[in-house]
Amino acid sequence: MVNIQTQASNQDSLQAVDMMLNLGPQHPSTHGVFRLVLWLDGERIVRAEPHIGYLHRGSEKLCEREDYTQIITLFDRLDYVANLNGELAFCMAAEKLMGLEVPDRAWYVRSILCELNRIASHMLFYGVYGLDTGAMTPILYGFRERERIVLLFEAVTGARMMHNFIRVGGVKQDLPEDFVQRVNKLTDELKRGIEECDQLLTNSELFLARTKGVGSIDGPTARDYGCTGPVLRASGVKEDVRVSEPYGIYDRFEFGIPVGSNGDCWDRYYIRVEEMRQSLSIIEQAVKQMEPGPIQAKVRRIARPPKGEAYVRTESPRGDFAVFLVSDGGDKPYRVKVRAPSFANLQSITHMLRDAYIADAVVILGSIDIILGEVDR
Amino acid sequence: MTTPQEKKPAKPERATHRREPEVPVAPAALDERGKALAAILPQVFSGLDVQISAAMDEVVLAAKPQDVPAVCRIAKEDPRLDFDYLRCLSVVDYIERLEVDYHLFSLDKRHKMVVKTSVPPDAANVPTVSGVWRGADWYEREGHDLFGVVFDGHPNLRPLLLYEGFEGHPGRKSFLFHEYDEW
Repeated sequence: MVNIQTQASNQDSLQAVDMMLNLGPQHPSTHGVFRLVLWLDGERIVRAEPHIGYLHRGSEKLCEREDYTQIITLFDRLDYVANLNGELAFCMAAEKLMGLEVPDRAWYVRSILCELNRIASHMLFYGVYGLDTGAMTPILYGFRERERIVLLFEAVTGARMMHNFIRVGGVKQDLPEDFVQRVNKLTDELKRGIEECDQLLTNSELFLARTKGVGSIDGPTARDYGCTGPVLRASGVKEDVRVSEPYGIYDRFEFGIPVGSNGDCWDRYYIRVEEMRQSLSIIEQAVKQMEPGPIQAKVRRIARPPKGEAYVRTESPRGDFAVFLVSDGGDKPYRVKVRAPSFANLQSITHMLRDAYIADAVVILGSIDIILGEVDR
Repeated sequence: MTTPQEKKPAKPERATHRREPEVPVAPAALDERGKALAAILPQVFSGLDVQISAAMDEVVLAAKPQDVPAVCRIAKEDPRLDFDYLRCLSVVDYIERLEVDYHLFSLDKRHKMVVKTSVPPDAANVPTVSGVWRGADWYEREGHDLFGVVFDGHPNLRPLLLYEGFEGHPGRKSFLFHEYDEW
């Protein structure tokens, strides 16, 4: 009798509440140390709250006490899947302040390596995105192709990752003698590899069911969140820094910019596949155009850029990777701010996850292709 | 007869400290789009107290902290400017002041601008622009974390990169690095 009464009086407080689910930070499908708190109503996500900062190493502050040559190693470790693209952004910022003319050959070397790095990065994405959607095989194919590129990097820079190869005013050293043969062989292999990967996953019935129409974000919203790179282009906005603010020698190449229409996970995936083909085309053109010459502009051993501030944008595999460099005329920067594409892209996940199913959370997160090294810096 | 020492004129007193060498300044050079933008800016922001200058290839618009949301709103919504993309929001510590830089870009018109504002470090309050661009949210939280700039009106200024309860603002120049002891 008493029990029944208590039940009845508690009836008001027995309302349905959202279930909180904690994902990460050590969960393998968060691609690093990323924590996502989800509030669920049944299987639907009501609200998502991302937590970052588990990999915050204070890179920007560290830059203030290293000189310009030493900082390049720090930029290797921001986007640790596309190391050369990070190095390039910082060196370009210093060059812009110093007003340096970088020799042509150095630019060809940089472009070829950075585009190869873009393919390597997208291949890694391809593999792990397969895992995210429940396909085991793509990771084997993706890593096979990535391995070819990494081996070439090892021959050129001496390291598979963390190359420390691009310098303020040029590159560290010239290409090895057999580079052209090797890169021609590599592009042939990659061409076959990309087609193979494309056939394996892109139009698979299961993959389409997991990704089509999932995690959509429209163009204006993506712009509002500051999304760039494949995430923005998948939403139908034609924006690529290599075209909108061309840097280096990118105006000498003909290449297309793949643009999606639905802004869903499949579009974000397929844009990366298509970008790999475009990058291959850039590499082939660059290898044909490249001529012998100097690889380094004249720079003092300890660079002292003039007082001022430079903001440089580059197109990294994840989007607009920019460096805001403030110099007071000394041998160390006064302030370095890294505008990491993943940082801005990741913000939009709260929008993408709203009203999605819990099973799609990992698929949506994977499609943004975050690198926590540059999110947390 | 005088000694050779007495003939010598008195030595000029050596300066007690060396003069600081002149620091070269990176020259400003706007491109065509930048020049066109700088020409229409006074007209667009005629009602507000702003200064327009240039730094390297960027048009710089200096505004008072309290005017920042209004300036950003106009920058985003005026069809002549159309700054729909907040490239970056960064804080720079100049010791006597904290400078907040809003790097803007228009994806359609492809021109760019920097909005700058300065606040004293002990009363660093800037109104939020997270209502103008949703992307400003995390940048402002980061600026609050690392530099202690309080973005008034921000819906959620909890620590982003640092952990809850972290003391101090590690981005500031006054926050020292750990000194390592050799052993």
